[in-house]
Amino acid sequence: MASAAQSRIKSISYAKYGYIFIAPFFIVYLFFQLWPLINTFIVGFKGNADTGIDTFVGLANYKDILFGNPDKPFSTAQTVHESFFRCLGNTVILWIGNFIPQIVLSLSLAVWFTEANLKIPGKEFFKIVMYLPNILTAASVAVLFVQLCGQSETNPGAINSLLNKIGIVKTIEGGKVDPIKFIDGIWPSRGVVMFIQTWMWFGNTMIMLMSGIQGINPSLFEAASIDGATSGQVFRKITLPLLTPIMAYTLVTSMIGGLQMFDIPYLYNKDGTVKDHLETIAALIYKYFHVSDLSKSKIGYSGAASVLLFFITLALGLLSFYITRDKDEIAKKKQRKKIAKQLKQESKQFGGFSI
Amino acid sequence: MSKMDAVYGKAKDNYTARLKTKSAILFVWFVILTLICLFPIYILLVNSTRTTTDISNGISFIPSTHLGENFKSVSGPDFRLNYRAMFGYKNSLIITVSSCFLTVFFSALTAYGIHVYDFKLKEISYTAILLVMMVPMQVTSAGFLSFMSKIHLTNTYWPLILPAIAAPAVVYFMRSYMKSSFPLDIVEAARIDGCTEFRTFVSIAIPMMKPAIAVQAIFAFIASWNNFYTPNMILISVDTKKKTLPMMINALQSSDVLNDYGAVYLAIAMSIVPIIIAYVALSRFIIAGVALGGVKE
Repeated sequence: MASAAQSRIKSISYAKYGYIFIAPFFIVYLFFQLWPLINTFIVGFKGNADTGIDTFVGLANYKDILFGNPDKPFSTAQTVHESFFRCLGNTVILWIGNFIPQIVLSLSLAVWFTEANLKIPGKEFFKIVMYLPNILTAASVAVLFVQLCGQSETNPGAINSLLNKIGIVKTIEGGKVDPIKFIDGIWPSRGVVMFIQTWMWFGNTMIMLMSGIQGINPSLFEAASIDGATSGQVFRKITLPLLTPIMAYTLVTSMIGGLQMFDIPYLYNKDGTVKDHLETIAALIYKYFHVSDLSKSKIGYSGAASVLLFFITLALGLLSFYITRDKDEIAKKKQRKKIAKQLKQESKQFGGFSI
Repeated sequence: MSKMDAVYGKAKDNYTARLKTKSAILFVWFVILTLICLFPIYILLVNSTRTTTDISNGISFIPSTHLGENFKSVSGPDFRLNYRAMFGYKNSLIITVSSCFLTVFFSALTAYGIHVYDFKLKEISYTAILLVMMVPMQVTSAGFLSFMSKIHLTNTYWPLILPAIAAPAVVYFMRSYMKSSFPLDIVEAARIDGCTEFRTFVSIAIPMMKPAIAVQAIFAFIASWNNFYTPNMILISVDTKKKTLPMMINALQSSDVLNDYGAVYLAIAMSIVPIIIAYVALSRFIIAGVALGGVKE
């Protein structure tokens, strides 16, 4: 009797619940994310408003974007080609300009916050305040900075009046301020966008790096301080090498995020149209498909540009993993192989006997 | 002896003094950074209480008394065309609350399914989830929009709410949490007591995962509340009454009211202040959550 009951219990399989529980995720994923991704590839092979969005045009969109039509300087193909590379350049400039200050700031702050023998009051408070900009609505932040950096004759904006008070910005006749063109100027406006991006993200990066540093075995730091290492040496010889995986992760996520940069550059203007020198790839893709009537859009170009963006993202991700991979580990592996080979050869020399 | 004392005492004093100077310098630097972090927000709040003429005349750090007037113009006929705060709050809340709920519930369900049950496709499905975690939204959006317009879902809230069910990063987080703090014996015990599988999940697993769910709910809420990209893409031609709050802020930019500085500052403040209040209340969880996310291998 008992054995029969036992065998019956064993035969109950719960596997089907596994499938039932993960089914909603995969159904929704297929419908709302995987199919749209495939559809983006399909759309990239189809025409735009001028040729009809349902006609198959093969690689024509890619050809237009990558090579343009140099013979006809004002044709659609040439315009699309030029804007794509202009936007790619803008994206790279804006990303570099926000990543370098951001990583320097976050790394130094993370090291100082985790240094045990420094006695700084209110560390928790500083952390909370520095993370605050990250949770603000990016759209509102962009419009807020447009207001703060206003530059008309009648309204120099808060930043310009502050700089005027300090004495950096001059006062012209009639007590008016001669403002820096923070919105229309090419480099001043790029500078503001870089500042906003750094301002919003350094707290996030800092906290991530801090948790990485806290994950390092504390006895290493103790040993170093007993040996009389300066804080600079500890940083270069212990913290930085052991932080490489998390730094790689930060670099990759920041790069992927940077290529998608949209809200701030798209909204940082006074009249609702994106500035040429701030337009990013994501903004270009958006502009091509964001029209009230889809049949009048350049959705084919938009799809093709998305696919190019996808491959750029993929390549950058792989490249940065390759650069930041653990070189010591690979060298060690090579060494081990070499030793094994040598041992094998030596053992052969002595007629298969190992000594 | 006294000589040695003098030497060691001096060295020790030197060390402490150096540490103290370093701490003091760093403290000043942190205060400066704090001021930079808070400056734009503080000016925003101050300027939303000042009149347009005052604002154009220069910067001030002292709040004024014109909040009421500014509020009147924000809710007045000029703004009504593009900005209706109450509808904005309502629409943003509907989308945010439902997508936040869907994200945490279905992510916990998926993580639970993968963690608790043994089935053939278990490892493959988890790897698939990890792989798709990094695909950015912007890459799929052209295909997403053309698909949504084909099945006539543009200008509705469905494409903004339903995709929240599939959130790979949240599933990953919940799975890691379950690995460390959800013993499978509990499921066995529940089965012996005659509990159905779904009920085990709802009344045993979910309460045990409260910390993870709370952190992820906060992040899902913030991400959805701040989202401008997707709503602006899907709600192409809707009435102001159906727009979300970030979309309304965007609409202000191309309108004539942008020169009514005081009122515009107030409009921006109204979109930012609720989330700042929530942040101040929940900051400890949020900071801990960000730190947890950083330890990803």
